[in-house]
Amino acid sequence: MRPLKIVVLAKQVPDTRNVGTDAMKPDGTVNRGKLPTIYNPDDLHALELALNIKDRVPGTTVTVLTMGPKRAADIIRESYYRGADNGFMISDRRFGGADTLATSYTLAKGIEKLAPYDLILGGRQAIDGDTAQVGPQSAEKLNIPQVTYVEEVMSISDNEIVAKRRLEKGVETVSAPFPCLMTVHDSSPVCRSRQAKRVMQYKYARTQTELKSKSTEEYLRELHTKRPYLTIPEWGVEDIDAEMEKIGLSGSPTKVKSVESIVLTAEETKVLSDSDVDIEMMIKELIENHTIG
Amino acid sequence: MDNFFKDTPDFKFHLEHPIVKKIVQLKESNFADSKEYDYAPLNHEDAIDSYERVLGIVGDICAETIGPNAEAVDAEGPRIENNEVVYAKGTTENYAALHEAGLIGMSLPRKYGGLNFPLLPYVMAGEMIARADAGFANIWGLQDCAETIYEFGSEEQKDSYLPRFNKDGATAAMVLTEPDAGSDLQAVNLKATYDEERKVWLLNGVKRFITNGDADISLVLARSEESTSDARGLSMFIYDRKNHAVEVRHLEKKLGIKGSPTCELVFKDAPAELVGKERFGLIKYVMSLMNSARLGVGAQSVGIADAAYREAIKYAEERAQFGKEIIHFPAVYEMLTNMKIRIDALRSLLYETTQFVDISKVYEEIKQERSLTKEERMEMKGYAKLANVFTPLIKLVASEASNIIAYDSLQIHGGTGFMKDFPIERIYRDARITSIYEGTTQLQAVAAIKGVTTGVFLDQIKRYDSEVIENNPLQAKLQKMTAEYEEISKRVMDTDYPDYLDFHARRLVEMAGNIIMGYLLILNSQRNEKFNRSATLFVSLGQAENREKYEYINNFEPQNIELYKGCLDLVETDLE
Repeated sequence: MRPLKIVVLAKQVPDTRNVGTDAMKPDGTVNRGKLPTIYNPDDLHALELALNIKDRVPGTTVTVLTMGPKRAADIIRESYYRGADNGFMISDRRFGGADTLATSYTLAKGIEKLAPYDLILGGRQAIDGDTAQVGPQSAEKLNIPQVTYVEEVMSISDNEIVAKRRLEKGVETVSAPFPCLMTVHDSSPVCRSRQAKRVMQYKYARTQTELKSKSTEEYLRELHTKRPYLTIPEWGVEDIDAEMEKIGLSGSPTKVKSVESIVLTAEETKVLSDSDVDIEMMIKELIENHTIG
Repeated sequence: MDNFFKDTPDFKFHLEHPIVKKIVQLKESNFADSKEYDYAPLNHEDAIDSYERVLGIVGDICAETIGPNAEAVDAEGPRIENNEVVYAKGTTENYAALHEAGLIGMSLPRKYGGLNFPLLPYVMAGEMIARADAGFANIWGLQDCAETIYEFGSEEQKDSYLPRFNKDGATAAMVLTEPDAGSDLQAVNLKATYDEERKVWLLNGVKRFITNGDADISLVLARSEESTSDARGLSMFIYDRKNHAVEVRHLEKKLGIKGSPTCELVFKDAPAELVGKERFGLIKYVMSLMNSARLGVGAQSVGIADAAYREAIKYAEERAQFGKEIIHFPAVYEMLTNMKIRIDALRSLLYETTQFVDISKVYEEIKQERSLTKEERMEMKGYAKLANVFTPLIKLVASEASNIIAYDSLQIHGGTGFMKDFPIERIYRDARITSIYEGTTQLQAVAAIKGVTTGVFLDQIKRYDSEVIENNPLQAKLQKMTAEYEEISKRVMDTDYPDYLDFHARRLVEMAGNIIMGYLLILNSQRNEKFNRSATLFVSLGQAENREKYEYINNFEPQNIELYKGCLDLVETDLE
């Protein structure tokens, strides 16, 4: 079996388990600066799946790609501690304010820069938005097949991967040709622990921006010249050839109008088939109750 | 649960002790390894940062895996299948988590895959693991055997066995006890014979009460010299489980630490390798191994005590009676505070002892590479002396106190604590073994009394006294306690009456222990004032305890020992 090149998409998210009173801005968006951050839990499942494939297929490399502000470099370091081979940051003020559409575009541009690749893995969704859109949209932009809700990889061959999907009412086993993208469900195994030696090895990994920061001590910069693998590559708009109108706020049609706290009371769920009739009925219903339109 | 390292700031505090700088510097031989290994520290701060990060991993695994598994492991326990020990499911998960995190062989040198950590962070890890699950702490702690192979094994043995700990997660066992050789290991009878044809030692016989007896790598004490019957006929051997020449005949059913398999083993022509020299098995190698294990039980005891204390606090804060939470009643908050100050005191003694062992061991290590300077030799001797008496001291006081703390914690739980509904029921059972194995409290007293008779304790107490910053009102109390201790121990030593010193040994050792812990808490409070409370309260507690012992000895007529021997007469009368 040939080695695979896996890219894991990981996001730094606010730790919603430790939310204070200033967690939200008046406009209803998350006040990111005020919250402690963590590795998005589903993305850790994706990292574990990637490392599991690496265990199974010798020579496979796991590259982590994250998009976010400077402090999102923690995601790369954390990934190194747990076994990732490489890490890249997409970080530029101009990417700020991106909704899922602009984010998917940006990530897809970053992934293209990492080509050739075999498999893109990401968590099913991030706990700060719960949209579950970024994975599927990125696959669309890259024009590769996608498999969502993956719980387990059953088998891998040179050209194809077979995975089990965890669905609401059962499981489904599907195969997809390489390259493809998978989003990983949280019913998959939890991520392995940090490894002692890797923590000691990579604790001084820094982005260029971090290295340039005044608070960084000189010996760290020297260490990076001796151990270049400690420097985390950072990509801005130009590095990934992104078009300005498709990134950041200008690339984001989503506007948050208001946020309300809603307690779900509906007990029944409706199961629809993928027939045109059912889809038409659903659209009509959603328009009637003003969910869309 | 929260990370066990982060929720216990005392670990960080003890890592910041000034003497740690010396330990790290010696252990890392001026940070030479950093040229060859990119995970080796560059300087002292880097080393401490690495210890803290790695202990953070241990803390995570304790909180997320070992702690949550403890109840099920206690209920399930290990079993024998096809002559092999199968751990409880949780035990296997726990060990796998520690192995995958690269934590097995923490204190081994890097060339054997280890992390080259001093004992200090390793013992801290042991304390955390014991807090999460005391029974599992044994399986973790048996990596001490790797240390023994490193100290006394041949180069070939080191090369072949040591890398297996970190790489394969090899488990270990110290195979010493036999049905007729428990506390008295000189009576060991398992036979080692050299097979001239196969050029290999063969072991035959039965071992009993062997913790983790079906381990990958076992250190076995056996009689290699025919027609001997004492310690000098015993040698130490490495047995590799791959040889499949040992039958696991039986697993003991125990009161506590149920997750830890306690095996009866039958060796049948089991091939084994001699460690070091013949005849040195017990007198040198096992003694060294036992000392590490005793320190480990000290850590285990502190971990159990801490677990018991936390359960008690949690329960007392939630449980309301007579219209308020029971923590507001003096009888309850007194118990809780006494637990806490004892834990502070024990932990200080534990890490003080570990530091002594660390320095003396690291000099031994350096001695293999180069000859020591005169000053270094002196220093090594001094610390070895301290380690030799502080190790049984911490084992004695910590194991006894952990039982008292578990007892009080269960008491605070009331009737509920007696049921299986809360973890304290397990913790209480688990605590019980600590004052028994690796040498009973009574045997620790026999070892630690040397600290009294040789004056090592007193000298160290005076050293502590000289480090106290002036105007500490507690100092006068401790000085008075010291004077009483000095007076009464001299009296006991000067009394020429059979058994007299043995009779009072534990009392004297405990008196010294209270003074030492009192000083350590004062010295702690000089670095961090949060220890003021513990220092104040512990000293008055210790003062009262010592006073009682002093009075007892002071009023004791030596010939009353004969009255104590009365129980012997009773037995004889009964038999008639």
